[in-house]
Amino acid sequence: MSVPTASKGSVSRIVDLVRVLGAKTLSGIDAIGGMTIFMVRGLFQIFANIRIIPRTIRQIYIIGYQSLFVIMLIGIFTGMVLGLQGYYTLVQFGSTGLLGSAVSLSLIRELGPALTAIMLTGRAGSAMAAEIGVMRITDQIDALDVMDINSIGYLVSPRILAALVAFPLLTAIFDTIGIFGGYLTGVLMLDMNSGVYFYKISHAVTMNDVNGGFVKALVFGLLVSTVCCHQGYFSHLRRDSVGPEAVGNATTSAVVISCVLILAADYVVTSFLL
Amino acid sequence: MESWDICFRNLSVGYNGVPVLSDINATLPGGKVSVILGGSGCGKSTLLRHVIGLAKPIKGGILIGGKDLFTLSRNDFRRLRKRMGVLFQDGALLGALTLAQNVVLPLSEHLRLQKKLLREAALRVLRMVGLEEFVDYYPNQLSGGMRKRAGLARAIIADPALLLCDEPTSGLDPITAARMDNLLLSMHAKYPGMTIVSVSHDLASLKTIADYVLVLGEGRAIFAGTLQELYASKNTYLEQFLERNPGPVSLDFDQKRNPEIEKILQKWLDS
Repeated sequence: MSVPTASKGSVSRIVDLVRVLGAKTLSGIDAIGGMTIFMVRGLFQIFANIRIIPRTIRQIYIIGYQSLFVIMLIGIFTGMVLGLQGYYTLVQFGSTGLLGSAVSLSLIRELGPALTAIMLTGRAGSAMAAEIGVMRITDQIDALDVMDINSIGYLVSPRILAALVAFPLLTAIFDTIGIFGGYLTGVLMLDMNSGVYFYKISHAVTMNDVNGGFVKALVFGLLVSTVCCHQGYFSHLRRDSVGPEAVGNATTSAVVISCVLILAADYVVTSFLL
Repeated sequence: MESWDICFRNLSVGYNGVPVLSDINATLPGGKVSVILGGSGCGKSTLLRHVIGLAKPIKGGILIGGKDLFTLSRNDFRRLRKRMGVLFQDGALLGALTLAQNVVLPLSEHLRLQKKLLREAALRVLRMVGLEEFVDYYPNQLSGGMRKRAGLARAIIADPALLLCDEPTSGLDPITAARMDNLLLSMHAKYPGMTIVSVSHDLASLKTIADYVLVLGEGRAIFAGTLQELYASKNTYLEQFLERNPGPVSLDFDQKRNPEIEKILQKWLDS
C-alpha cells in the first residue's frame, strides 16, 4: 500500500523534530555530566596541594572583599524596599508590628542568599569566566599542563574554595545590612517602634533559618564558581565562536547558566529545608 | 632516557577527526637543533601540540627516545614531560604573576624551596635571556620579544633535555629575531645534549639555527633532512618556499565596482 506524499512529508518532519530534540537532550546531559566531573575534580584538587592556600586568599579578596561595597549597597536598598512594601501591606491588617519578622525572614531565608549569589555572579563569576577564558586562548592553561601543574587545581580549586568561604560571609553581611535597611524605612521613616522591630526579629528568626540561608549560600557558591570556571576553561571548545568572541560568549553563558541554576537550586534546597 | 630522538610513525594529526597532516614519517635527531618548517596554517603548531602531548593523534604515533608518547603510563608520561621545556608563541606567561614568579613556576609548584632560592633561580635564567632588570615586571608591561625571552627562561629553568619552541621569532623585528636565534644557539652550546625543536616559517632563522629540517606542506611531510640537503633539493615547492617565490599568480585587479557603492563611497570620502 502506498503512503500519500503529504503524509510522508509530515512523518519525516516529526522524525526530524524528534532527532533534534534527542540530540539537544543528549548534548544537555553531556554538558551536565561534564560540568559535574569538572566540579568533582575541582573539589578533589582542593585537598591535593597545600599551595592552594595563598591562591585561595587572593580569590577571597577578589570575590569577597572587592564585592563587599556592591553587596552592602544592594542589601540596604533591598531591606528598605522590603520595609516599605511590608509596612504598607501589614498596615492593612493592623499588623505593622510584624515588619521586623517579615523583613528578616524574607532576607535570611530567601532574598539574602539568592540576591547575593546573583550579584556575585555578575561581579565575580563573570570575571572568573573571562579570566580563565583568556588564559585558555593565550595558551596559559596549556603552559600549566606542560609544566605538569594541574590546571584545574591551580585555577579552579582556589576559586571554588574561595566562593565557598565568600558566599556565606557576604550573605551574612547582606542580611544584616538588609535588616538595617528595613529599620531605616520602618522605624526612622514610618515611625514604627524600634524595640518592636528588633524584638520581632529575635522572636521570629531561629537558628534553622540562619543555617538554611548559609546552606543555600554554600550551594550557590559551589554552583556559580563551578559554572563560571567551566565556561572559561572550555571556551576554546565552543561551537558558536572562536578566540576573543568565544571568551565573551563563555562569560555570557556563565552568567546566564549561573543565574538560572541559582533560582532552580533555591527551589530544590528550600523544598529540602522546609 | 639517553636518546631524545623524536620519531613520527605514520602520524596523522588534526582536529575533530579531520586530518591536517597525514602519514608523517620522520625522525628529528636527538641532541640537534631541528626546525619544523612550513607555510602559515600548514599544521606546524598542531604537530608541536601533539609532541607536547596536548592532543592525541588521529593515527600513528610519536616516539620520544624510543617510547610511544601515547601509550606511556600516566607516571611515565609525567616523567617525560618534566624533561620538556616549551616556549609558546607569545610566551604564555601568567598575567597575574611577575616575571620572577612566572619563570620559577615549575620549581615553586613542584619543589619546596625557600623564596630566596627561588628568586636566585629566577635571576639566573632571566640573566641568561637578558631580562634581569625586569624581574618584578608583569607580562603586560613587556614587549612581545621580551615575553618570548621570558617564556624561554621559564622553559629552561628545570634543565630540559627537550626544548620545544613554537615560532620563537614570529612577530619580532630582525634584530630581536636574530637575538632570539643567538639565544637558542647559545643554549645549545651550553647544554650540548639538549634537543631543540623550533617551529618556524622564518627562513633567516632556519639558516642560522637548523641542523635538521622537517618541511610540512599540502597536508604532509614534504622533506626531512639536513639544512644542506634542503637547499640542494630540487623539489619545486621547496625551491619556491626557500626563494620566497609565489609562483604564477593570477590576480585580477580590474574588478568593476558596483556604481551605487562607488557613488556612496565617493560621497563619504568627500564629506
